[in-house]
Amino acid sequence: MLRYTINRVLLMIPTLLGVAVLVFFMLRVVPGDIVEVKLRGDGGNVTQEVIDSERKRLGLDRPLLTQFGEWMVNMAKGDFGISMWTERPVMEEIMLRLELSLQVALMATFIAVLLAVPMGTLAALFRDTWIDYLVRILTIGGLSIPSFWFGMLLMLSLLAFFNWLPPITFTPIYVDPWENFKQLIWPAMAVGYRYCSVVARMIRSSLLEVLNEDYIRTARAKGVYEKLVISRHALRNALLPAITVIGLEFTFLIGGLVVTEQVFNLNGIGQLFVQSVSRNDFMLIQGMVMLIAGFYVFVNLIIDLLYAVFDPRIRYDT
Amino acid sequence: MTIATPTAADTAIPKAPNPYLEFCRQQPLGAISFFIIVVMMFAGIFSPWVAPYDPLAIDFAGILAAPSWEHWCGTDAFGRDICSRLIYGSRTALVIGFTSSFVGSTVGAILGIASAYFGGKIDDWIQRFVDILLAFPLIVLALVVVAAVRKFVVGGVDVNLIIAIAVPIIPRVARVVRAAALSVRVMPYVDAARAAGYSHSRIIFRHMAPNVVAPYLIMLTAFIAQAILAEASLSFLGLGVTEPTAAWGLMLSGNAADFYREAPWMILFPGAMISLAVFAFNLFGDSLRDYLDPRFKV
Repeated sequence: MLRYTINRVLLMIPTLLGVAVLVFFMLRVVPGDIVEVKLRGDGGNVTQEVIDSERKRLGLDRPLLTQFGEWMVNMAKGDFGISMWTERPVMEEIMLRLELSLQVALMATFIAVLLAVPMGTLAALFRDTWIDYLVRILTIGGLSIPSFWFGMLLMLSLLAFFNWLPPITFTPIYVDPWENFKQLIWPAMAVGYRYCSVVARMIRSSLLEVLNEDYIRTARAKGVYEKLVISRHALRNALLPAITVIGLEFTFLIGGLVVTEQVFNLNGIGQLFVQSVSRNDFMLIQGMVMLIAGFYVFVNLIIDLLYAVFDPRIRYDT
Repeated sequence: MTIATPTAADTAIPKAPNPYLEFCRQQPLGAISFFIIVVMMFAGIFSPWVAPYDPLAIDFAGILAAPSWEHWCGTDAFGRDICSRLIYGSRTALVIGFTSSFVGSTVGAILGIASAYFGGKIDDWIQRFVDILLAFPLIVLALVVVAAVRKFVVGGVDVNLIIAIAVPIIPRVARVVRAAALSVRVMPYVDAARAAGYSHSRIIFRHMAPNVVAPYLIMLTAFIAQAILAEASLSFLGLGVTEPTAAWGLMLSGNAADFYREAPWMILFPGAMISLAVFAFNLFGDSLRDYLDPRFKV
């Protein structure tokens, strides 16, 4: 097990290195950088000299490999550089907003998993009945309705029925938990709907597969209560693939947050990402991409290790 | 001597029914979704004849008008007819959705087949590259590409947007097609083609590609849905299609949000169109998968 873990951790390094190389050079292959957005963005007439000196100040005039090397060395020391727009450390900018986004993500996960497990299980057990159809319609809706539009609909109904709009300023959980909850539950639901659909569909299909296995027939033939067959024998095995989906979709929540935070006017990671893209803030984009990729790789590691714990075949194969 | 290539008629059950009718019979939901897609394509292609108004015509006398017989879906903050903008918007959504999914899926499929065919070092490198790209949610990778590629419009179509949406599709298709191509790789006819001394590209395109068409088509349709969603999201964020072009995501952004109270139709209809389009392509992709490849069926 230790060997497997070490192997798995070492495998993370080339992936992250690849992400760094890819994002760094992709951003710089095509001409056009933050200096132009900053100084010429409003159609302002700025001389080439001013632009050159600003580039020099930000270190954009140096050879690409030097810039890349410096970025890598600093990152190894835990320094992600300085935002080219706000001139504050990238890490500081991210940390300011991480709490909010993480809280929405966790709430969304909680809602999604809480709803998805019974939905997927019921749909599989009552296959091809109205329960199954209802779940399938609800889940295909979750895959089709954009989370930002769903968020808008939530806001619209809150306004229509309760004449309530989410407040403009954010209340952290340690200041007023109830206020904080009221504020974040709607964005969490907006991004959680899709999450819930994906997980419910996964549980449905993997449970249907497991119910066809021989050991289920054996259990039934032994006279085990149907309830126990489902909960002990079937569901336990069907949840394993679901864990993968829950983990992967959690890292992909950032994709939903990118757009949904805009709707609810939440100053989180998603909004920061959109801002840094529209400003061509290379350092900030790079920092956030590394963070997202790092998080993804980490969650993948956890999933693999969980699998290895549950399924001894994986441990011995490698 | 000519070797007869097996046609569909040889392999099918005697008196094969019309495949299109068969699809409709087996997959009624797929047929319905296909009908929705056809209607949307019709509206997109013939927008100037279908739309009741000019989508760009500004009418300050009639701003924020509620839905009525004159303006079926109301008007927006510039007095533009929302129904006409929705019809023209289907053009934007379909053009960008189709092209980016086609480009992404095709490049992905070629990478996937090449990866399976060559194996060894090349396979390792392509798979590593795919792994790296898979570390991002689709929309995040699209945003990074948007940051990297400059705005670039040819003939009214945002080429940079198509590239941005196509890139994240590549690794996802490459992975699936590679898996399918691996089983084709070991077929005797591939060995025969190699023994006959055909070039690599001929074997890849003439012998292997036709046999992974099913997963390719399934992925292509499914990713049109994702691409339409991505285009709407990017336009909503102000990083995709820009005013005054009619695009569904764009119609939800900016001043639509300022008029929640006064003009809810401004956000109801465009969002419903996005959902309908994504729904239709998702469902059609699902049905196509069940029809073409019953092995996947649960």
